[in-house]
Amino acid sequence: MEAKMEGRKIKVLIAKPGLDGHDKGAKIVAYALKEAGMDVIYTGLHQTIDQIVSTAIQEDVDVIGLSILSGAHIPICEKLMKQLKQEGLEDRIVVVGGVIPKEDIPKLKAIGVKEVFPGGTPLEQIIAFIKENAPRRQLK
Amino acid sequence: MSIGVAKYIRDEQDRILKVILESGIEVKPFYTPKDLEEIGFNYEKDLGDPGEFPFTRSIHPGGYRTRAWTTRQYTGFGTPKETNERFKLMLAQGQTGLNVAFDLPTQMGLDSDDPLAEGEVGRVGMAVDTLRDFEIAFEGIPLDKIGTSLTINAIASVMLAMYQVVAEKYGYSPNSISATPQNDILKEMIGRGMWIFPVEPSIKLIGDVIEYSMKVMPKTSPVSVCGYHIRESGATPAQEIAYAFQIANTYIEEVVRRGYHVDEFAWGITFNFNIYGNLWEQVAKFRAARKLWAKILKERWGAKEKRTMFLRGLFGGGGSGLTKEQPILNVVRGAYYALAAALGGAQTTALCSYDEAYTIPTPYSALISLRTLQILMEEIGLRDTVDPLAGSYFIETLTKQMEEKILEEMEEIERIGGMKVAVETGYVQRKVAYQAYQFQKALERGDYVKVGVNKYTDAGPLGEEGQVQLHQYDPKVAEEQIKRLNEVRRTRNYRDVTKSLHELKQAAKMGKNVMPYVVEAVRAYATVGEITEVFKEVYGVFKEPPIF
Repeated sequence: MEAKMEGRKIKVLIAKPGLDGHDKGAKIVAYALKEAGMDVIYTGLHQTIDQIVSTAIQEDVDVIGLSILSGAHIPICEKLMKQLKQEGLEDRIVVVGGVIPKEDIPKLKAIGVKEVFPGGTPLEQIIAFIKENAPRRQLK
Repeated sequence: MSIGVAKYIRDEQDRILKVILESGIEVKPFYTPKDLEEIGFNYEKDLGDPGEFPFTRSIHPGGYRTRAWTTRQYTGFGTPKETNERFKLMLAQGQTGLNVAFDLPTQMGLDSDDPLAEGEVGRVGMAVDTLRDFEIAFEGIPLDKIGTSLTINAIASVMLAMYQVVAEKYGYSPNSISATPQNDILKEMIGRGMWIFPVEPSIKLIGDVIEYSMKVMPKTSPVSVCGYHIRESGATPAQEIAYAFQIANTYIEEVVRRGYHVDEFAWGITFNFNIYGNLWEQVAKFRAARKLWAKILKERWGAKEKRTMFLRGLFGGGGSGLTKEQPILNVVRGAYYALAAALGGAQTTALCSYDEAYTIPTPYSALISLRTLQILMEEIGLRDTVDPLAGSYFIETLTKQMEEKILEEMEEIERIGGMKVAVETGYVQRKVAYQAYQFQKALERGDYVKVGVNKYTDAGPLGEEGQVQLHQYDPKVAEEQIKRLNEVRRTRNYRDVTKSLHELKQAAKMGKNVMPYVVEAVRAYATVGEITEVFKEVYGVFKEPPIF
């Protein structure tokens, strides 16, 4: 079944911010979302927040999924959320996966991250969450 | 038959009907002398005594009797001073070699005050900006006795140059030191992601390091080809070896093209292989790999000397086999993975720490790993006899089948035009990433058992994060590092720096071996960022191929 809402598929940007080069998880999630019927764009490695935000604008994505395994998730997400706000993209949802200690999950949510999927989260759970929570946006 | 996922087919009474290993080999319920007959097993041809061609059993006649494995836990975090203290702790605890972890900015050739380095300085390894940092990190380490792995790839040339210069400063001549820079860029493009420059110039730089080491640091092994990370990214054990060998062939070709014979340098191309997965498959993998590598060197490259044909390296790690769930069980997993390494005849080893899914190792978890390796080698009899599983109907059959699988996977890469093309076009990257996806789905479906993850999932008193002390990242590390960098910038002779960087740029443009120029730049306290910038200007940067 295709993940359609009001005429368009859910469009997801999977991004690898910062310097961390571990992209297995990001690629696995990208394949899973694609197979679940979503439009998926994978940025590749070593993306700056500027690059991620401008790809999000260009591609008009609904969801931004960040994969972070270096431990730098808090400063990265703070920066991203700030910039999304500046660009008027607050209606998009941001989710984060990777090596995220439990105690950091509430901190990330306080910054504005919609959901956190630490390593080991079943793919079905990620797919279901995105289907349920992707913003209902009309075609431009 | 789909590969990449081990399969156990059972009936309703949980009797196992069929076993298929990750590499795609089916295992029989039992093996007999007839199996050896069927594969045409010949002791001299297939095994040979330890230390004899094709070295299936061991590259040394005495195996662990003559020399136990070298233990080299991956260490490095925060400032060079903290790293130096941890090095000394591990050596005092009986570790026999060093394995330096660098932080991400260093691996990406960025100075600690680069905006892109923000939040990353000293986080997953030691921060290095200039020679001053190496002077601190290696203070008081006997560099003529302790071998050091430098886990650095895109700018391996710079770190090896620093190692040489720091050794000289502490009174060790370059020909007495033994370093192993990882220096394997193709696997970074497949798996680990720490690439900077495009494929062609990256291979050229690797050739430069090999050529320079051969002449100036003859005890140094200039490359460690890492099947390890390719396996971590989703490759099967057979692909791990096959891709690593094709990568090594690419580097050998680069140096042979410059007019050298393999006997002059190829002994210095070492390997880093992974140890998680099915025990028998791992042992057979190592035995088959030793044999195949010897044959490739002899038959394809015309090696005459034995040592050129040796498959040397580190068999260890096991990261992807470890779990976030019930993390203390990773201590047990690690011990079995290390057993696979020992039965496979690893000369050097290291073990991922049980808390790896959460944090970089604390002294507590790093010491447990080291002690595990020491127990195996010194307590339970693994030094008694060389290649103890030799002659087993099963192991010999499997070793032969692994050899065939590895060859098939190597041929596939040949068919699409060799490893350079396979990486440039993203062929291998897509293949292993898609396998990783299938592997993950199979895990979630429960096709294969992972204790604590898809079976016996009630953690009870084993807990989760309760068992793990997180290594705390201290943001002061970055402040201190940047302060030192600025101090070096203030006190160095700026004319020497610009002159050395200018000469490096000219050399790079003219296609000369850049190593002597990198050494001079390092000696003048040029920063990692400054040297990398020169390379970027001349070589450009790698553009990642798409995954869909």
